[in-house]
Amino acid sequence: MSVVTDFVKETRRAGTNRFAVLMMAALAVTAAQVVAPAQAVAPAQAEPRAAVSSQDGKYFDAEGEPIYKVDSNGKVDWYTYSGFQRYSAECMRCHGPDGMGSSYAPALVNSLKTLSYGDFLSTVANGRKNLENGQDKVMPTLGLDKNVMCFIDDIYTYLKARSDDAVGRARPPGHDPKPKAWEDAENACMGAPS
Amino acid sequence: MKSLFASVLSVSALALNTVAFANESVMKGTQDPKQWVMQAGGYDNQRYSKLDQINDANVGKLAPAWSFSTGVLRGHEGAPLVVGDVMYVHTPFPNIVYALDLNNDGKIIWKYEPKQDPNVVPVMCCDTVNRGLAYADGKIFLHQADTTVVALDAKSGKVEWSAVNGDPKKGETNTATVLPVKDKLLVGISGGEFGVQCHITAYDLKTGKKVWRAYSEGPDDQIMVDPEKTTALGKPIGKDSSLKTWQGDQWKTGGGCTWGWYSYDPELNLVYYGSGNPSTWNPKQRPGDNKWSMSIWARDPDTGMAKWIYQMTPHDEWDYDGVNEMPLVEQKIDGKQRKLLVHFDRNGFGYTLDRVSGELLVAEKYDPAVNWASKVDMDKASPTYGRPLVVAKYSTEHNGEDENSQGICPAALGSKDEQPAAFSPKTGLFYVPTNHVCMDYEPFRVSYTPGQPYVGATLAMYPAPGDANMGNFIAWDATKGKIVWSDPEQFSVWSGALATAGNIVFYGTLEGYLKAVDAKTGKLLYKYKTPSGIIGNVMTYQHKGRQYVAVLSGVGGWAGIGLAAGLADPHAGLGAVGGYAALSNYTALGGALTVFALPE
Repeated sequence: MSVVTDFVKETRRAGTNRFAVLMMAALAVTAAQVVAPAQAVAPAQAEPRAAVSSQDGKYFDAEGEPIYKVDSNGKVDWYTYSGFQRYSAECMRCHGPDGMGSSYAPALVNSLKTLSYGDFLSTVANGRKNLENGQDKVMPTLGLDKNVMCFIDDIYTYLKARSDDAVGRARPPGHDPKPKAWEDAENACMGAPS
Repeated sequence: MKSLFASVLSVSALALNTVAFANESVMKGTQDPKQWVMQAGGYDNQRYSKLDQINDANVGKLAPAWSFSTGVLRGHEGAPLVVGDVMYVHTPFPNIVYALDLNNDGKIIWKYEPKQDPNVVPVMCCDTVNRGLAYADGKIFLHQADTTVVALDAKSGKVEWSAVNGDPKKGETNTATVLPVKDKLLVGISGGEFGVQCHITAYDLKTGKKVWRAYSEGPDDQIMVDPEKTTALGKPIGKDSSLKTWQGDQWKTGGGCTWGWYSYDPELNLVYYGSGNPSTWNPKQRPGDNKWSMSIWARDPDTGMAKWIYQMTPHDEWDYDGVNEMPLVEQKIDGKQRKLLVHFDRNGFGYTLDRVSGELLVAEKYDPAVNWASKVDMDKASPTYGRPLVVAKYSTEHNGEDENSQGICPAALGSKDEQPAAFSPKTGLFYVPTNHVCMDYEPFRVSYTPGQPYVGATLAMYPAPGDANMGNFIAWDATKGKIVWSDPEQFSVWSGALATAGNIVFYGTLEGYLKAVDAKTGKLLYKYKTPSGIIGNVMTYQHKGRQYVAVLSGVGGWAGIGLAAGLADPHAGLGAVGGYAALSNYTALGGALTVFALPE
């Protein structure tokens, strides 16, 4: 598990094509037969982490994991804003608006309080199932979905910001401009616009 | 003697016609108000019952008579059927069917539970709902989540045949009921958020063999139109009417899904249904009118050929699926009795059309909050005749990708979603469960992967500005396009209505109340809080001389997504928050059937 996470972190910092990297991560996790991560031992609830470094408009915490940046007016970094957009399009139909949960999928504002970055990545890539108690909860395998995986760090930082209460409900009131590096990465991952 | 002979002849001719023009078992069943053999009550989708034992004078004394837990926790849409002395109850995924013996306190006669791959669950947009069973010729028809259509022997629950209508791996799923017409079973499909090229398919009622399939977009032979004979607003649609309105082969992932309620006119031999939103939700990515998504269709059930089509929302920019029910009524317009089709679209307009010709007669807003279009152009001489006049400020196409268009009413879930309206021939009014919710909509680029969501827009939804209520239950005059009365509801009304000859109208609320109101005034006459929020449809039947009213509880569906967490209003001050309190403060999950009657 941690091997995969470290691998993702290392390669992401190296700035390679994020989709390819995450695909490999997804495959590695599958090969290792890792079970649904939230059932693993939950780490103690962490203190909100601060951004200590940034590169091309993207922020990282002391662990080198992606993190949000919010100013006193509620303006967020572009990645966090993009995460809000993509979350609302790809995840909201099950996990509810603003990560608040629905009648059949958990509130990610709570899940992210304990779910690590690595576990988050592998859950999204591999999905999970809970067919007990008349619920039939199934999270799909999203490892091949570019609309999710090309923006997975964005979605993570947005949800992390929501779970730390650094960003409120609904659309963030402002955001940094779209960095060129983000746009390049989007095109590399999604393919050039037609 | 001679005249008697003649009248006998004409009666038997009439009976023969009935056999030829509809499914005899369904027609017989719907003509008997003691039974409820179709989800919509009858082919006309009026959801009206002639039973009047429960009426405006005594409904206040109504009380639960018995109840039944379905054992499933997710959203429960649709309603049970009653055929003879047996009630048939369905559930959301895993799509269990129960046959309950009404002569024996609802004892389970048989139970059918299909084996389905649970991977279909996340492919379904917006919960794993199912809108119920159908009955014909001694068979119960179930259309499962994974698109398997099953015919069960109504007596034993034994599978008589099954057919596979789609592939969940490509995003094809089912939530809808099916419609038996004559010797065929008409079946729709879901997957508008997964880039499915959606269709309506006819199967042989006896064998399950596929007879015809008509797509919502594509070449003329695939959409089953005749360029010369099929009309739109009175004119032939011409060659390649769909292909011309898409860029390249985008129609192959064009959506236009068919998961709504179908109606049928036995005299005209036409089936009516709606097609849904074009895929993706990002309008910039699919230039053109995207025909024939967002359209009302009239088709011949024998041949599958379309007689007329009317596109309500060309080039959708808001996800205003056109699938809602198509009730058929006969009413006077301008002093002339006409065969009408009435449709309350997600886009907030209530349409009244001549169902013979497809002529547009009335198109008016049935929620005053609707603002994305100023009106529908009713001028026959105008080049934009029949089209909505879109307000640029609310056009997500005009504002473009990565731009947040704010304050659009209605929200994507529509001024009304699938929850069907009822019509009372006694009052001449429609009773419509509505949503009073607006949205911000920001489209952006998406890429298509088979079997993966293909959405491409970020939405935020909130109550209409200035109001705290997210729903209204309204009475509507379809001949004039006017609201007659309107009862505000705290949450969207997500339950199908029932009108009866007892001068009352029933509906359910998301908090879980079954309500009965006066059909003339909307005055509340009775309410009872059931075990969970109601997104099912109210039905009625009579057994051993006693009238019953039944409804499924079990909150979920689209309503469960936004409302479980409460909708945030980005434009409201903190003081408004209490008014939009979360539905989870009122109700919890749980599928249950509650059956009401007057005390004996």
